[in-house]
Amino acid sequence: MNYHINHLRELESESIYVMREVAAQFENPVLMFSGGKDSILMVHLAYKAFYPARIPFTLLHIDTGHNFDETIRYRDDLVAKTGCKLVVGSVQEAIDNGEIREETGVNASRNGLQTHVLLASLEKGKYDAALGGARRDEEKARAKERFFSHRDEFGQWDPKNQRPELWNMFNSKHRMGEHFRVFPISNWTELDVWQYLAMEEVELPSLYYAHKRMVIERDGILLADSEYIPKKPDEVPFEEMVRCRTIGDVTCTGVWRSEAATTKDIIEEVATTRMTERGGRADDKRSETAMEDRKKKGYF
Amino acid sequence: MSEEYSSSELLRFTTAGSVDDGKSTLIGRLLYDSKSIHQDQYEQIKKTSEKMGEAEINLALLTDGLKSEREQGITIDVAYRYFSTPKRKFIIADTPGHIQYTRNMVTGASTANVALILIDARQGVVEQTKRHAIIASILQIPHLVVCINKMDLVDFKEEAYNKIQEEFESFAAKLDVKDVHFIPISALLGDNVVNRSTNTPWYEGSTLMHYLENVHIASDHNFIDVRFPVQYVVRPYSDEFHDYRGYGGRVAGGVMKKGDKVMLLPSGFTTSIAQIDGPTGEQQEAFPPQSVTIQLADDLDLSRGDMIVRENNKPEVSQDMDLMICWFTGDVKLKEGGKYTIMHTTQEARCVIKDIRYKLDINSLHRNEEDKDIGLNDIARIHIRTTKPLFTDPYRTNRITGSVIIIDEGTNNTVAAGMII
Repeated sequence: MNYHINHLRELESESIYVMREVAAQFENPVLMFSGGKDSILMVHLAYKAFYPARIPFTLLHIDTGHNFDETIRYRDDLVAKTGCKLVVGSVQEAIDNGEIREETGVNASRNGLQTHVLLASLEKGKYDAALGGARRDEEKARAKERFFSHRDEFGQWDPKNQRPELWNMFNSKHRMGEHFRVFPISNWTELDVWQYLAMEEVELPSLYYAHKRMVIERDGILLADSEYIPKKPDEVPFEEMVRCRTIGDVTCTGVWRSEAATTKDIIEEVATTRMTERGGRADDKRSETAMEDRKKKGYF
Repeated sequence: MSEEYSSSELLRFTTAGSVDDGKSTLIGRLLYDSKSIHQDQYEQIKKTSEKMGEAEINLALLTDGLKSEREQGITIDVAYRYFSTPKRKFIIADTPGHIQYTRNMVTGASTANVALILIDARQGVVEQTKRHAIIASILQIPHLVVCINKMDLVDFKEEAYNKIQEEFESFAAKLDVKDVHFIPISALLGDNVVNRSTNTPWYEGSTLMHYLENVHIASDHNFIDVRFPVQYVVRPYSDEFHDYRGYGGRVAGGVMKKGDKVMLLPSGFTTSIAQIDGPTGEQQEAFPPQSVTIQLADDLDLSRGDMIVRENNKPEVSQDMDLMICWFTGDVKLKEGGKYTIMHTTQEARCVIKDIRYKLDINSLHRNEEDKDIGLNDIARIHIRTTKPLFTDPYRTNRITGSVIIIDEGTNNTVAAGMII
């Protein structure tokens, strides 16, 4: 008899294992939920890891205030369905309190401001582990991330001084005030995520599927038109058939010309596409090391 | 539910070598020829190649991650890469090959099915080659592929290839490696990487990609000895599942079936498996590397760190053990008599280093019993005693129940990886 599981089931098993380690090794873990497909996958896997018990993680949403309506609706439905506690860290509130200052100019985005609010929320909630849906295939700085990634008391990542991670043992030891970022889906690729979501018939926000939307074009990237995006005089919104490949803040999530209306179409599209999914992220385009620089400071 | 997208297997391999071996170029070639490189990645490295004044696009840049690494032209850490073909999904643990990075090689090797060793056809077997092979052998990577690279620079001569193969084999005879393959390649030009080369008509073996797609990995796990370290006790406390008590964990060895008589460690109580639940619902059996939740027929005391086994097939239950370790830090040396935290499967204990038996010379395999100075990247055999019994197997028979990590209690850092002998 040949005992064998396919690659998606093996990735699933690995992620469940990591999530159970978090529940066992940490006192107060939180799952960072953005409303994107990766965090939806995370909640789906957490549900499986602890069934029939409830997911033992609080959900933390860092809200820039510049959301797609669909994201918030989906988030609230999911909270109702899973019975998880939801904590929202608000960028708007931090701006109103004078903790951080809004960027100005046409490319202004609240993306960078999230780091401050994230770290403040983790500190306030005394969370010792923050589970994230980052994947190593997304970006070159993320390719060097651990499953259990140690953060100092300032929330900083030190890529040159990471703990070696061997076999399936995860060292979560830390001092008071330090925390861990944990990435259970580190080894999944974009295609794996889509294939798995299709296999499991997971419902996603409609933004991921092709739909008609008013967009503007900037530096070769299509952005969804919204009141939060200051437009240059020559930028006239026009209607296109598009979908999102990643979902973040409205101001920096590029949309994508696409006719892919079903998960099956999307798998086809992802398998043959010529651009990485973060190719449409304005936040990564700022410089070659944009992600590495943000990660060191404590970004997702 | 449809499993149509998932007929492929997962294969993890590790690559070791220095910049000069053409390792980065080889990985770049695998990604490029298997069409796993996206246009924006391609354009980015093209831009960087031009900035660095290179005439051709430098495939090696695809694997250089961090800013400081690019500045210094080296790899500091383990980087993970992904590509897939219709047959398999591949995870590459790409590690630097210098002696000061032995710890990264060990890390990358710990989960690999295959180790890929590169040899420069002009240089033959060098110290670094031996070091890689020794680590692959100590870490018990099931399959070894030796890529004799830069064949274009020796005019694709069969004699050059044969000489290096003989050299490697005579050295490897001293090692514990089971399955070794040799492939003549040119990573730069693509010969025998994905496409069969017309320059090596004398070579009848497979290309590297063909090998990676077809090497038999189904028996890399231990399917004989049932080992289920309890990871997390699932207790819903809900009306619907009032008395439910499930044991979550990942099968570390053997095949567990519903109805099987099992024994619990450390208590020694026996009971049977009442139900196995997996990610897709109830299943009749569970095997490595599945994560499942197990319900037992009797309500017995069992918690994280305990183990479910078969009564007539138990692991070693002991507080004393010999380990081969690799020391990971330059900050402190291993202390004889020193006390450390030890992690083994889902167990945690403390241990004391009773004896440093010898230091292994990683180039010659010489065992130096006089040298007890164990620092960064050193490999040594030690004897330890733990505060409570661990349920272990020799690393040779099970890589999961046979491995430990050692943690410094002052800094919380993982300072060593150990393999139980």
